[in-house]
Amino acid sequence: MDEATIEVRDLRVVRGGHEVLHGVSVSVPGGVITGLLGPSGCGKTTLMRAIVGVQRIASGEVRVLGAPAGSRGLRARVGYVTQAPAVYGDLTVAENLRYFARVLGAAQEAVGRTVGVVGLAGFEKRLVRELSGGELARVSLATALLNDPELLILDEPTVGLDPVLRESLWGTFRELAHAGATLVVSSHVMDEARRCDRLMLMRDGALIADDTPAQILAATGAKDMEGAFLALVGSSERDEVRAT
Amino acid sequence: MNVAIAAATGRRVLTQLRHDPRTLALLLVVPVVLMLLMKTVFWNQDGVFQRVGPPLLGIFPLTSMFLVTSVAMLRERTSGTLERLLSMPLAKVDLLLGYALAFGAVAVVQTVIVSMVAFALLDLNIEGPIVALVPLATLNALLGMAMGLFVSAFAATEFQAVQFMPAFLLPQFLLSGLLTPRSAMLRGLELLSDVLPMTYAYDALARVAAGDGLETRLGLDIGLLALGTVASLALGAATLRRRTA
Ligand SMILES: Nc1ncnc2c1ncn2[C@@H]1O[C@H](COP(=O)(O)OP(=O)(O)O)[C@@H](O)[C@H]1O
Ligand SMILES: [Mg+2]
Repeated sequence: MDEATIEVRDLRVVRGGHEVLHGVSVSVPGGVITGLLGPSGCGKTTLMRAIVGVQRIASGEVRVLGAPAGSRGLRARVGYVTQAPAVYGDLTVAENLRYFARVLGAAQEAVGRTVGVVGLAGFEKRLVRELSGGELARVSLATALLNDPELLILDEPTVGLDPVLRESLWGTFRELAHAGATLVVSSHVMDEARRCDRLMLMRDGALIADDTPAQILAATGAKDMEGAFLALVGSSERDEVRAT
Repeated sequence: MNVAIAAATGRRVLTQLRHDPRTLALLLVVPVVLMLLMKTVFWNQDGVFQRVGPPLLGIFPLTSMFLVTSVAMLRERTSGTLERLLSMPLAKVDLLLGYALAFGAVAVVQTVIVSMVAFALLDLNIEGPIVALVPLATLNALLGMAMGLFVSAFAATEFQAVQFMPAFLLPQFLLSGLLTPRSAMLRGLELLSDVLPMTYAYDALARVAAGDGLETRLGLDIGLLALGTVASLALGAATLRRRTA
């Protein structure tokens, strides 16, 4: 284990003519849950896309599980759940999962198991386009759990879910990490920080912190992550003023 | 290439169609109705029906698969399922093969039904073997599918995708030789028609109807038609990008 599970070096990404990631460097250790937190539009999705290897990058390097991000050998080892659910609306829940299981080379038994994990037992025969937003998001999540990937990149997986279900999903994430998987989970809700082993705090296309929640709170002297974020933003802006 | 993934993709596309029975019914019924209409419109000029009927047996699947594929592929692009599939262990050729299997199967059924109606009920007659029309019509369907896949990359909405039908297929149809022999066209248009794949689709169907054998120009037509299909597929495949901005 010399190399971190995810190694990002000086990553710059330009989208729609604007630079949206300004030289991000970070290493994410294996076997833990790392939260990627920051306000909407700060670049969380873009960073996750770069880690999965679907984002065109301007410069820098992204290595995942010891190989360049997006390389062929990684495609069965990295699971990605996009922010907007990416499943077929005109298929049932079970038909969606059976298809993705085939593509991922997972056993068909995995379908029944993952349906239970995301709390959709009994929904197998429902047409996906007739589901609610939260149910839809869970079908999309189930798809990525079919083949037990070593690394799971989850883009805002718990947004809009009821608190009981959110609790149970975080329980599932914890079990996956115990079993050795590495998870990166993004959220724009600072409250979710307490469930993570490590945090990457982002703002305006740059990382402003990368540490354990306890360390971040201690370093800023804040009571909660919201306060820590404000303190970090304040200090980085003072740095900017000093630098100019 | 992974045959299991391609087969699963084909089954998935057919299942989507099964959940949309109205589209499936339109695909199978509309060609029959149009053929019936042709027969009645040219009731007193049966020669026209006999000349136009056989090529239409190929133009129907070409047009419908063009439309269905361009909309289906646009949905895959906009719903994020394409991006998801391409981040999984799926080769582009598996996806294309899956679509080809599904729409090829629909084209076979479509062609068999409309042919049975045309030959058994509407007294359509051809010199060549009727069974040769099924593989030829299927090749036409695959050409339509390949072109639909390609244009889907340039459409942002389903409205735009549907507009590509008149923009992309109608000129090819007008220049194919069905309405007027290509040799009678302006020289520039004739040269243009030489590089349009639908020209060879029409020509092959007309030659089968006339009873030409594979050793004649028909063989070349089929070869060029297959080439046009492969070239369109390659262009379409080039629009499937694993990495996007
Ligand atoms: N497809 C796109 N084309 C152009 N700009 C984009 C695109 N997607 C996102 N952006 C821009 O990139 C920045 C980062 O977006 P994103 O990574 O989606 O942020 P987050 O996930 O944190 O909300 C935003 O300014 C957004 O407007
Ligand atoms: Mg986002």
